[in-house]
Amino acid sequence: MADSIIKVKNLTKKFKKFIAVDSISFEVKRGEIFGFLGPNGAGKSTTIRMLTTLLTPTSGSAKINGADIVKDQDKVRKQIGLVAEKIILYDHLTAEENLRFFGKLNHLDNDLIEERAARWIERLGMEKWKDAQVGTYSTGMKQRVNIARALLTEPEILFLDEPTLGLDPQTSNLIRTFIKELREQGKTIILTTHDMIEAEMLSDRVAIIDQGKISALDSIGNLKKIVRNKKNPTLEDVFLTVTGYEVRDHVKGKFSSISQHRGIGRSKNRVR
Amino acid sequence: MQTIKDLWQIAKKDLLEFSRDRIRLITFVIMPIFMMVLTGFIFPNQSSIKNIPIGVANQDSETGKKIVDAISNLEVNSGTRAFVIKNYDNLDAVKEAIRKQEINGGVVIPDDFEAKIAANAPAEVIIVQDQSNPQISAITTQTLSQVINGFSQGIEEQKISAILVNKIQVQPLNQSYLQSFINPVVIKMDGLFAENTSYFEFVAPGIMAMVVMTAVLTGLAASISREREIGTLDGILISPIDRLAIILGKAVAQSIRGLIQGAIVMLLAVFLFGVKINGSILLVTLLLLLGIFSFVGLGILVSAAVAEQETATQLLFMFQFPMLFLSGAFFPIQQMPDVMQKIAHAIPLTYTIEALRKVIILGGGISSVSTELIVLTSFGIVTLAIAVPVFRKLITR
Repeated sequence: MADSIIKVKNLTKKFKKFIAVDSISFEVKRGEIFGFLGPNGAGKSTTIRMLTTLLTPTSGSAKINGADIVKDQDKVRKQIGLVAEKIILYDHLTAEENLRFFGKLNHLDNDLIEERAARWIERLGMEKWKDAQVGTYSTGMKQRVNIARALLTEPEILFLDEPTLGLDPQTSNLIRTFIKELREQGKTIILTTHDMIEAEMLSDRVAIIDQGKISALDSIGNLKKIVRNKKNPTLEDVFLTVTGYEVRDHVKGKFSSISQHRGIGRSKNRVR
Repeated sequence: MQTIKDLWQIAKKDLLEFSRDRIRLITFVIMPIFMMVLTGFIFPNQSSIKNIPIGVANQDSETGKKIVDAISNLEVNSGTRAFVIKNYDNLDAVKEAIRKQEINGGVVIPDDFEAKIAANAPAEVIIVQDQSNPQISAITTQTLSQVINGFSQGIEEQKISAILVNKIQVQPLNQSYLQSFINPVVIKMDGLFAENTSYFEFVAPGIMAMVVMTAVLTGLAASISREREIGTLDGILISPIDRLAIILGKAVAQSIRGLIQGAIVMLLAVFLFGVKINGSILLVTLLLLLGIFSFVGLGILVSAAVAEQETATQLLFMFQFPMLFLSGAFFPIQQMPDVMQKIAHAIPLTYTIEALRKVIILGGGISSVSTELIVLTSFGIVTLAIAVPVFRKLITR
């Protein structure tokens, strides 16, 4: 069995009185795709921001390949790549210029940047457009370059926060295939998505976070066992069973409230 | 060393990004031109003066002292004097004091003043103008002239009554002799330079300093909050670089932009409005850089504290708007009420502008701006010492 590359222990983040992430603990195994799912405002992005050193935790700890996310931030940063919700590219720079800039910030030398940029750009089918300013790209093209940017440092761990959100099926398919390739190359991937089919297709294990707490964590096969009232349940059935059918109202910085959805409410089933 | 390399990468990227944005580029060039041309037509009205520091070099004895007393006792309203008198040895000392902006004008009474009056020859009084401040200078000169003319009239009356009472023989054909009766005291104007200064000369250093300050203050905060909004700041923050390199890199990019705008103002002032730069350009650049340095801390604090670009811009506008009026960029500080003058001297921009005027208009050297250099440097160090740790903490809050 593979060792754990990410170890999270009682990680908590409070924004004033609002507890966004409430003492969560989990481990991610080396080389797996770890699906990190949850309704809007559940604490997914906050957790990822803490693990990528973008937010300081209120309490608890986490280690990324042995490096503490608070004490050894530079060590953590050298091992991770991030495809965040928002695309991390400058519209007025070309794809090449963007990659060069981020490569330099990560202290890569010019030759290495050229070689890696060329490789990822080619693999993601962006060679023809590398000299055009990113602002002229479609969302799908931007996301492909954005992924190339996250891979420049050849990180061991890749955080993908909704990497196919708003993309056409062709680009989504390309990116999913690419994510699988990356796993085959031995990379560990933490994948956040609202697309349950995508999560089911890609994830080795899934954690479901709800209201700042981990409600379920297991392999997809095991998680499906908790849906008792349906034959051949999908991951979406698991998700709804775990987090409930109610529509969530989430106001930033305030407690989420739950408003009743018409008729199909089911009892929440928390699994540890 | 690595931090310097990192900060340069960020600065370079910021400038490249900026150079590709046509609308930003156009407004960048037009803004200083617009300000210069516009302010050239808003000549403020003259207003009353009070407690204006005036240098006096009385090389004469008793008669000269009477003029000095008249100047010193002049009241604009009960209890408020028009001038505060400072004594100097000679014309050069008065000029040097103007260059250091210790005084806003001067009066020199030559040592032969009394003798000339006694000898019925026209006696000269020199008014030295502060060309760095045409508005104050105009009112001061006008007021001083009135005092001296009043004194002159008194002597004229004495002389004529002496003729009438004592039946003194008058030499009818000697013009200067006649002149000495009608106008016994002659006012001679002097300044640090032969040419007269215009309002443009007063306002150009002010605009230069302001443009640079705006570029850095607004530019820095807007740049950080914009990157935060569009998400690219995360890309920089997850790189293994010192947070200091991020903020300094941005500050360097904004400073370069600010200096370019400052240069545009300077070129316009020189070639379009005929402003003459009497001091060293190097010193002007140093002062602009120190002006930037004094503001970087405030810019960093706002960038760290505010998430949205619009909020940052609005917050900074709140600081900048009063500064436009209080820093003496457009209106002389000497015309403001005392409380406002005190506030004006708590703003670093005031010192930048005062120092720039000394160098550009009065041709002052490094020694004449030493106070401003110290104030600006201290302001920068103190605000940065507060801002940098706050930035480090708040950026990942």
